[in-house]
Amino acid sequence: MTSFVKPKIRRKNEPLNDLGLARSDYDGAMSTLCAGCGHDSVTAALARAYFELSMDPKDVVKVSGIGCSSKTTTYFLRDAHGANTVHGRMPSFATGAAAVNGALSYVGVSGDGDSLSIGIGQMAHAIRRNVNMLYMLENNGVYGLTKGQFSASSDIGSTAKKGAANTLPPIDPAIFALSVGATFVARSFSGDRDQLVSIIKAGIKHRGFALIDVISPCVSFNDHKGSTKSYAHTYQYYHKAVHADYVPPSEEIVTSYEEGDVMPVELHDGGIIKLRKLDADYDPTDRAGAMDHLLRSQATSEILTGLLYIDESRPDMVEHKKLTDTPLHSIPYAKLNPGAEALRKVQEEFR
Amino acid sequence: MTKTDTSNPDYFHKVVDCQWACPAHTPVPAYIRLIAQGRYGDAYLLNRDSNVFPGILGRVCDRPCEPACRRSRIDEEPVAICRLKRVAADHREDITDRLPKKPAKTNGKRVALIGAGPASLTVANDLAPLGYECTIFEKLSAPGGLMRSNIPAFRLPESVLAEEIGYILDMGVELKLDSPVSSMKALLDDGWDAVFVGTGAPKGKDLNIPGREEGAANIHIGIDWLESVAFDHTDKIGESVLIIGVGNTAMDCCRTSLRLGAKNVKVMARKPRNFFKASEWELEDAEEENVDIVVNHSPKAFVTKDGKLAGMVFEIFEYDVDAAGEITGQRVIGEETIPCTDVILAIGQENAFPWIEADAGIEFDKWHVPKVDEATFQSTRDGVFFGGDSAFGPKNIIWAVEHGHQAAISIHRYCQGLDLTNRAPREIELQSAKMGMFEWRYANAFDASERREMEHVALVDRFKRLNIEVELGFNAEQIAVEVQRCLNCDVQTVFDAPLCEECDACIDICPVECLSITPGAEDEAVLRASLTQPEAPDGQSLYVSAPLPLTGRVMIKDENVCLHCGLCAERCPTSAWDMKEGVIHIPHADDQEVRQEALA
Repeated sequence: MTSFVKPKIRRKNEPLNDLGLARSDYDGAMSTLCAGCGHDSVTAALARAYFELSMDPKDVVKVSGIGCSSKTTTYFLRDAHGANTVHGRMPSFATGAAAVNGALSYVGVSGDGDSLSIGIGQMAHAIRRNVNMLYMLENNGVYGLTKGQFSASSDIGSTAKKGAANTLPPIDPAIFALSVGATFVARSFSGDRDQLVSIIKAGIKHRGFALIDVISPCVSFNDHKGSTKSYAHTYQYYHKAVHADYVPPSEEIVTSYEEGDVMPVELHDGGIIKLRKLDADYDPTDRAGAMDHLLRSQATSEILTGLLYIDESRPDMVEHKKLTDTPLHSIPYAKLNPGAEALRKVQEEFR
Repeated sequence: MTKTDTSNPDYFHKVVDCQWACPAHTPVPAYIRLIAQGRYGDAYLLNRDSNVFPGILGRVCDRPCEPACRRSRIDEEPVAICRLKRVAADHREDITDRLPKKPAKTNGKRVALIGAGPASLTVANDLAPLGYECTIFEKLSAPGGLMRSNIPAFRLPESVLAEEIGYILDMGVELKLDSPVSSMKALLDDGWDAVFVGTGAPKGKDLNIPGREEGAANIHIGIDWLESVAFDHTDKIGESVLIIGVGNTAMDCCRTSLRLGAKNVKVMARKPRNFFKASEWELEDAEEENVDIVVNHSPKAFVTKDGKLAGMVFEIFEYDVDAAGEITGQRVIGEETIPCTDVILAIGQENAFPWIEADAGIEFDKWHVPKVDEATFQSTRDGVFFGGDSAFGPKNIIWAVEHGHQAAISIHRYCQGLDLTNRAPREIELQSAKMGMFEWRYANAFDASERREMEHVALVDRFKRLNIEVELGFNAEQIAVEVQRCLNCDVQTVFDAPLCEECDACIDICPVECLSITPGAEDEAVLRASLTQPEAPDGQSLYVSAPLPLTGRVMIKDENVCLHCGLCAERCPTSAWDMKEGVIHIPHADDQEVRQEALA
């Protein structure tokens, strides 16, 4: 446990964003995770992304389940809304919240246990419905909070701290998400701040479910030789396939794109994600091709990162289900609850 | 940019902004920690090693440390370093038995010191314990130089002055009072092994404009007038006094006038406020006493009536100031006559050596300033050294002390037959401040308190006597808060690249975001671009690590904004970051090597 707090210090000449807020205004409570935990870097990247997008923390909702990763919603955006929910049930909570108030920006933070074991069914359906949210899956291949058992994302052959090797095949969250219709699939690494921040910004601005699978090493139980999710292993097999930059609508696009170099994807808010292919033969708009690359990279241990797949054409849940864009709290009660007579009429239609 | 070379002691020294800015390199954070522990005597002695006069300087130092203080990067005001120095002096226990002693026998070398000011006293302080027979010649009837004659007793009590000078004289230093040296050649003929000139800058500048001669009886040269007050030759002044000039001497003149009966005192400045030479705190103290500071008035003539001073005519100026704050143009827009009974001129001072003969072997430049080596303080005549204001013109006490230290090293080496330039080097000793998990040998937690304000004697009481000290000193509560404002910049962040596994924990925890891991680059600006606040004032360093083992990138730290809170080291899972207390050793005369034959 930490016994100190990070002081809030306003320094002179500190950079401020469009709202006049400093980066530290996007911090939360002091992390109680182990020193060196990858999750803390993801937390810092989230805070930086919201700061750079000049989003008001009060317009953000943070939700999580149970686990080390799920604790981290406390550690950023102290002024945002939020809830720690039941283990693996965060996607349902987020789905409900997004249905009744589409005006807020949702971010779910989860881990490989919370998402790929107990919560895999919940996550799958949130992806299918294309709930408008950013979903951070902090993936360390281990149950850290219970001291080091293999998780559902542990690779075959990866060893536990005392040497036992994992023999069950891993679930790759990116391949899994693609297979159930995900519209935004990315992978990054807690140690690559620049890439992570730009992908998070793109994910926040994507309308629909944005999954970011972040390799986030567990410094206490899965950072040893023999682990395939250690800092050393990740740095060694790290491979950037597609770089993504979010460009807000206010910024006039003056650069011209060279064919095959930068690919612009227009977003619903009028902004643009500029995709820069680092692998010439990788196409982040081809679902089957993306899955093919990911499956092949599994065989070579290569960790393929970047914005791996994007599809802006599919409607999100609110549009698909023809739900109202107006937050329910802003709709008069009489309209929300038209009374028994109205209910009877609806029921009549189904007789 | 390659890995930062931290083996040069100046690298980490420069990070300790206050110590670096102090001419005598007083280890400020170290003595503030001692004060925090209630070890006032230890804090006093640590101060004394560097600046010799903690009690005096704790009241009247020019405080070059405070504008440099790292605290002012995040707070409006720096740590009250000077006030804390006074705390150490005021609250110290008896430390007399821990001071350097008069040696059992001398080494037979005789050193003449001219002028009993801070420079000469420092030379004596450094040389007497080594066995030198030091004799100080003073023209006045009491020692102290400008500390006694120019600084009024309401800022610096006589008892403090006497006590700290006494410590030095007790080391076996001979003080000859009322003994002006009238001939350098005659003195040299007495066969001294070395001579040190510390006669200050005793000549106040005059203002030769119309009416000067006729009004002479009521026109005073500031430093001469202060001296005459200090030695009880003057005890009153007229009702309305104009002070010409707006430096620290002017502040002493206006406040002294109020205590000698003046009712209406104006300080006349030629330029706007941000061009004033006086320290901000001295201006504030004067204004608190209702001194009127008038800007943009340039003296034109003295007005006399019936052969007596009646006022002064000023030209009123208007200035053009550019964006950088420099004056680019000026013009006269009017004229004003201000009546007065007395005028005190505080427009500067210069050194003067009417007693050094032209053929004494000591060369002067065309401005009649002696040619003095800036490192050794030796004049063009071997064995004759200068220091303090007499060497390079008016500076301040703390510079005089440092000149004294350096001259003492030179005199020591000269008398031992050693090369003057091959002096003992500065050194730094780094020692981990880690005591355990989240435990450090210093209070690393950031304290957001604001600077404590010094309390003053009430206005109605302070003018009753000339020597009522205005500042009361910090009370216990103020001390407790102010010591924790110090950021402990001497506890250095030291990075060991091979241990780093690039988890970014340090970068995330840093409350001022001064860290980054970035690909190596030749150009510092390229490296800085990865920082959240890339720009840095001139002279501030970028700490660059060796390539990191996993990716070959480098860790960089902006020394400009780091607050030495130690959170990077607390957060680091591999102890690649550590906090190390850096003790910077500034050599003095007793640190110079001694020839073997001299020991024998």
